[in-house]
Amino acid sequence: MLTLPAELGTNPLFWPGVTLAAYAIGAGIQHRLRGLALANPVLIAILLVGALLKATGTPYAAYFAGAQPIHLLLSPATVALAVPLVAALPLLRRSLFGVLLAMVVGAGLSVASGLLLVRVLGGSPSLALSMAPKGVTTPIAMALAQTLGGVPSVAASLAIAGGILVAVTARPILALCRVRDWRAHGLAAGTAGSGVGAAHAVRLHQTAGAFAGLAVGLNGLVTAVLIGPITRLCGF
Amino acid sequence: MLNAFLLLIGAQLVGAGLQSAMHLPLPAPVIGLFLLAMALAIRPVWRSRGLEQVSGGLLHHMGLLFVPAGVGLIDHLDLVGAETLPLLGALVGSTLLSLVATALIVEWHGRIGIRLPGGPHAHPAR
Repeated sequence: MLTLPAELGTNPLFWPGVTLAAYAIGAGIQHRLRGLALANPVLIAILLVGALLKATGTPYAAYFAGAQPIHLLLSPATVALAVPLVAALPLLRRSLFGVLLAMVVGAGLSVASGLLLVRVLGGSPSLALSMAPKGVTTPIAMALAQTLGGVPSVAASLAIAGGILVAVTARPILALCRVRDWRAHGLAAGTAGSGVGAAHAVRLHQTAGAFAGLAVGLNGLVTAVLIGPITRLCGF
Repeated sequence: MLNAFLLLIGAQLVGAGLQSAMHLPLPAPVIGLFLLAMALAIRPVWRSRGLEQVSGGLLHHMGLLFVPAGVGLIDHLDLVGAETLPLLGALVGSTLLSLVATALIVEWHGRIGIRLPGGPHAHPAR
């Protein structure tokens, strides 16, 4: 096991610096591979930082406390999704019905299929109830899992893992399904992959980013309303 | 730039106030997102260059901001070991089902309406 010099581990800039470096390495790798979706910078950074924590025996809680300066910027960034959203308002007005329909179906399917697949594959009810809200942004997913009787921290991890999955697979899979509309791409990435999915869409195209931001917000609302009835309907 | 950052943080703080006062089921930043969108739609002059720059910078690197929370995944690796098949099967199946269904509904609805120039077909996915 590696030991970190004490003055390094307690330096307030150390963990933010490590996080930034890991993400920069991930972005560099993706750039080298000409934007290969699988080389997602978030995924690479999580693996690199995770490996460093294991190697140095640093508890996650200590890392998370140290990386707060970066984590705190997540809130203003979420609010900032309003800017591309407002730019896309004329487009939204023209596709409002399709957007609302897609949101309700996508959110409902995410909850119902999560619950039923866990049951069919032999998982525990606790896992199923933590899986149900994985499509919404992490703070809402945690609150909903808590209400349903799932485990909030597992729900948070599943929400982020689902987002990474969306970031890695959205382009090839949507291309396979002949989805050519950036509004469809963005709304789907935000509905299925919440924040991490939206972060992926923002980098692809401005319109995709706008609809992904809208989806993150609306999906929280729609899922919070639908999750109780769907869970009961599925027999939990 | 300064005012733009203040606007982002202000929208979130007002969102936090509304959330606790009205017991809304949404987190404060998401309420802030809708508040700022409404404010910008009503007062287009607030869509300054500074706001475009600050929000563009934050959003372009939004993935970075998920890394501290995402590293928490490693704390749950023991759970993956215990329930590997239901966990991975449901996560992958359910996420992709939701992704494809949402995209296809917007796509089919959009075909009746308008077409966008420069859709994903302009950059074939690998």
